[in-house]
Amino acid sequence: MDNAKWTFGLTMMIVGMGGTFLTLWILSLVMDTLKKIFPLASKAAASEKK
Amino acid sequence: MFDTVLAGLSGLGAGTSYLFSQGGPNVIMLLIAAVLLYLGVKKDVEPLLLVPIGFGCMLVNIPLSDLMDTGGLLRILYDMGISNELFPLLIFVGIGAMIDFGSLLENPKMLLFGAAGQFGIFLTLLLALALGFPQLEAVSIAVIGACDGPTAIYVASQYAPQLLAPISVAAYSYMALVPIIQPPIMRALTTPKERVIKMAPIKRSVSPTTKLLFPIVVTMVTGLLAPKGLPLMGTIMLGNFMRESGVVARLTKASENEIANIVTLFLGLAIGGTMEGHAFLKPQTLMIFGMGFVAICMDTVAGVVFGKIVCKLTGGKVNPLIGAAGISAFPMAARVVQAQGQLYDKKNHLLMHAAGVNTGGQIGSVVAAAVMLSVLKGMGLI
Repeated sequence: MDNAKWTFGLTMMIVGMGGTFLTLWILSLVMDTLKKIFPLASKAAASEKK
Repeated sequence: MFDTVLAGLSGLGAGTSYLFSQGGPNVIMLLIAAVLLYLGVKKDVEPLLLVPIGFGCMLVNIPLSDLMDTGGLLRILYDMGISNELFPLLIFVGIGAMIDFGSLLENPKMLLFGAAGQFGIFLTLLLALALGFPQLEAVSIAVIGACDGPTAIYVASQYAPQLLAPISVAAYSYMALVPIIQPPIMRALTTPKERVIKMAPIKRSVSPTTKLLFPIVVTMVTGLLAPKGLPLMGTIMLGNFMRESGVVARLTKASENEIANIVTLFLGLAIGGTMEGHAFLKPQTLMIFGMGFVAICMDTVAGVVFGKIVCKLTGGKVNPLIGAAGISAFPMAARVVQAQGQLYDKKNHLLMHAAGVNTGGQIGSVVAAAVMLSVLKGMGLI
């Protein structure tokens, strides 16, 4: 495999795999934040009050 | 008049005469079509896809059939929904409408397993490049490792349409073979002690508002980070938003039933239509099937190894087997994990955890493809 292909492949591997991990990690943080902002407990409490 | 009758009769025999003179590849493909139909009908292997693909393959390999010529039925279907990527995207709306991301939202960190499960994509990319495939073809082949038929079709139809048939058939075949491919790898990489680790039961902690906002947030975040994958993520999340909103039940039902069914039929026939013998039977095809196998094996290896790392980091609270579910084959991979866990301890219920990882794999595969496309765009290759 020539140099250009190696460079392309390794770039895709590092940036691609790293980008995938980074994107999903950010998503997991956002999901955690969403859960904290809109917890199930408050909803359950509201329905209990009714 | 006699000449006219003879000319008419020659028209009737032209197909048969072609078959014997230069139809060798078509005969082989007719046998392959028969195998696909057999697997779909008798063995229940992805029948919704393999039956139309097998039939489309049969139709296009009957000598002198003009179904893939301009104006032919299969060509119309191909132009209508494959060459412009419409069909895989419509299927994604249906997939989004079918999936409950609740188990993933219960433990969002499971998304990282979905990232680990995409490792096979990038390793296969290197392999394809080493085997001499041009860059965009290598990327399209590598996406088989996403273990996600529509994503593989979406990428291949744009960047390697000449390889669409082997890539899509390989992607769907290996998805169906997940229960056979994964267990030996899972057993080889884990110790008996690890396999019987019991994970804490999942407590219900996700509010309906979180579930409703989830598809919007995911679309926004992935759209901003990897815009080239927005059609993929946008359609899957559209389906999920409709599901969670609960106000468009008719659209949700239509997306997961009528639309998905019709599109699956058209998609399968059109893919089958690309399997013409002279174009399909090349050494490349075998190489693509080989690399697809490597991709899915490496996905599983990476997932289980990541599971072992998390197991160590959490002091043995995570069963490494669930890492194998970090691929897109939903819910098959989660069921494989559950079955493997129960093989060693009947009271070990890993299904909910594995389902969370598996839906993470679904998102992970789309994100991986989106990231790859965006990187390619950044490099100026697309």
